[in-house]
Amino acid sequence: MNDTSPLLRVHNLSHAFGSLLACADISFELHSGEVLGVVGESGSGKTTLLNCLSARLMPTNGIVEYDLRDRGLTDIYALSEPERRFLLRTDWGVVMQNPRDGLRMNVSAGGNVGERLMAVGARHYGEIRSAAEDWLAKVEMDLGRIDDAPKHFSGGMQQRLQIARNLVTKPRLIFMDEPTGGLDVSVQARLLDLLRGLVRELKLSAIIVTHDLAVARLLADRLMVMKDGRVVETGLTDQVLDDPHHPYTQLLVSSVLQV
Amino acid sequence: MIEKQEQPPLIRVENLSKTFILHVQGEARIPVFSDLSLEVAAGQCVALFGSSGTGKSTLLRSLYANYKPGSGHIWVRHGADWVDMATAVPHRVLEVRRETMGYVSQFLRVIPRISARDIVAEPLHALGIDLEQARAKAEVLLARLNIPEAMWDLAPATFSGGEQQRVNIARGFAVDYPILLLDEPTASLDAGNRAVVIELIREAKARGTALVGIFHDDEVREAVADAVFNVKAGELAA
Amino acid sequence: MPQTDNQTAAAPGAGEGYNFAYLDEQTKRMIRRCILKAVAVPGYQVPFGGREMPLPYGWGTGGMQVTASIIGLDDTLKVIDQGADDTTNAVNIRRFFARTAQVGTTEVTEEASIIQTRHRVPEDPMTEDQILVYQVPQPEPLRTLEPREIECRKMHAYKEYGLMQVSLYEDIARFGEIATSYSYPVMVNERYLMSPTPIPKFDNPKMDDFPALQLFGAGREKRIYAIPPYTKVKSLDFDDHPFRVQQWEEDCALCGAEETFLDEVILDDSGGKMYVCSDSHFCGRRRAEGHVGQLPDTAAAAYAAAVGAQEAPDGDAAQAQGEGET
Repeated sequence: MNDTSPLLRVHNLSHAFGSLLACADISFELHSGEVLGVVGESGSGKTTLLNCLSARLMPTNGIVEYDLRDRGLTDIYALSEPERRFLLRTDWGVVMQNPRDGLRMNVSAGGNVGERLMAVGARHYGEIRSAAEDWLAKVEMDLGRIDDAPKHFSGGMQQRLQIARNLVTKPRLIFMDEPTGGLDVSVQARLLDLLRGLVRELKLSAIIVTHDLAVARLLADRLMVMKDGRVVETGLTDQVLDDPHHPYTQLLVSSVLQV
Repeated sequence: MIEKQEQPPLIRVENLSKTFILHVQGEARIPVFSDLSLEVAAGQCVALFGSSGTGKSTLLRSLYANYKPGSGHIWVRHGADWVDMATAVPHRVLEVRRETMGYVSQFLRVIPRISARDIVAEPLHALGIDLEQARAKAEVLLARLNIPEAMWDLAPATFSGGEQQRVNIARGFAVDYPILLLDEPTASLDAGNRAVVIELIREAKARGTALVGIFHDDEVREAVADAVFNVKAGELAA
Repeated sequence: MPQTDNQTAAAPGAGEGYNFAYLDEQTKRMIRRCILKAVAVPGYQVPFGGREMPLPYGWGTGGMQVTASIIGLDDTLKVIDQGADDTTNAVNIRRFFARTAQVGTTEVTEEASIIQTRHRVPEDPMTEDQILVYQVPQPEPLRTLEPREIECRKMHAYKEYGLMQVSLYEDIARFGEIATSYSYPVMVNERYLMSPTPIPKFDNPKMDDFPALQLFGAGREKRIYAIPPYTKVKSLDFDDHPFRVQQWEEDCALCGAEETFLDEVILDDSGGKMYVCSDSHFCGRRRAEGHVGQLPDTAAAAYAAAVGAQEAPDGDAAQAQGEGET
């Protein structure tokens, strides 16, 4: 494990929509194999931050550096757009809250998983197909559905398909926006369990935005608590949740219903 | 491995203080302890002592970096290094937890859908040990703690309190950590299982593990503790 | 192109009240500039200021604007629709230019200097002296997969064509083979993904290393693109599912041609049908040269009933023997 060089380094990142400051002055590092949870209530700037980090929204200020395989730490917004897009479909993955934004709803499950492979030049149908089968099995999907389009799938299946679609190129960093949002509790548990296993198995690094502290506790090694666009507290997940220091974090933690 | 002789310390607590500030309850300040210092050597078991509310649990959790102390240091021997758990960066803390320091909490945090066997095997597997091998060790521990084989494949969410606690203990003892923290490990166990836990602790000590524990049960404490640390007074007594 | 400046252009069209070849000179200049750009960047869709033509979109307005911009007094125009010179669309466009540009027209492929086509490449080889103008309904090959125009343009700009491959994957997953038989996507000059308009994929190999200039005009979408002579055009495929063209067990029932694109012609309500060359000029020329196809008995009877006695000798000859076969 490399202690010195982070996988992602964020320095003084801010983003404003007009006069509205959506995230302000955020700095942190993410190391290989680490899972960072970003928690906070709706409107706290979590999703804006995620979009800025994942090269999909140019921040107003600040630097996002990523450890490119061939170049080391590089300012991702200094890359050309095709380079950023390439990064997004190879070494990164983005799992959207709404599967409609992350899947091609009219393309079969197999095609959805295979797309990234074909995007990087795979031209052997048999190999693409067997890779798709592998990944569908890994996300516990019925292989009988490989040729069905996700518009006919349940929400939980769509989310699992999205995960398979992202992981097929063996990315090192995954961004997830409320991955369990809108799912039934039992479906959530299954998805969380799956994510947890995959993250560990594949030594993935991940940044997960969620408002659900239970999800954060289960998946994240480390938390950033956001309020009004600022990070108010950061630290080990269990430390932040069990011994919160900031007034807002204390409020957040004490507001969770115990089961 | 390590013979009875002057053992090197594995934990060095220096001037540790902790105060809770409850912002949501009118900025209430709850001082728990202040200026604590403590050393624990390899093969030594220190029992934390004090009446309820004196901060035994808070100290134990601070050692594990679950709580963040206000000031002071918690030096932990991690391989060849000393790591200060009070100030270490998160991924360093996680590394210490993975490789050096185990923690048996009072309650099992149940993970949905994961079997008892895999919950126990997980810390071993996280160290890179082959899953089958890790499961084999998990089974040995579950058997020793009298969890019926029929329950190994079940997720412990539906287990009784005592059963959950035993799964938790098995998990804590799965890896031979150099340092082990125990928070009332025998609280809801019967005499038979208490004896198993005592045995496990003694074996750990013999391996050179430094242990810090809270033991409500006098019998267990007397059986395993080499010294008692009075949290309120901040004094170590043999 | 031959002279089409105002001086010479005004004269032939004046009597009719039209400018030469219908479009005004400024529009033709603008379109020519777009054509030059399209030729310079093979396969790239150049936007152009498409004009209203005196017929609806979908009837070849894009191809007509391209033709109008390149045609000159000494050109000879051939127009085909699905390979045929005698369909409504082809006849009308031919007459349109005969009237507005007073150019000569022909049905003979080798006599034409410009061939405007809908959905076919002629069977006869073309030469460097000729231009093939395609009418294009939907120029964007990615459109059905990616509805966002901006995203499509980025995909072209960055040569991100994995998505097109996905559509072929879908075909194989669903049908066991690449079932796309029209508008089969091609890579032009190893750079731009291009829709070859709804020509059958049978014609795709002809586009590769083609001696004549190929121009594509999409009227509704207002795009022009081009394949210069002798450009590499490759149909997409998979290593384990290589590109293949359609094949027929039958030969042309009229001229006996074995390697042409055939249309199925239903003759009656009881299963009578025949296959004939879709390229009407090619088929007619072969018949004139004495080639004769074999019309199945049932088809011959139905053909005779439908077409009448004056055509019967053809059918009889077909039944007698395929004597003209070589």
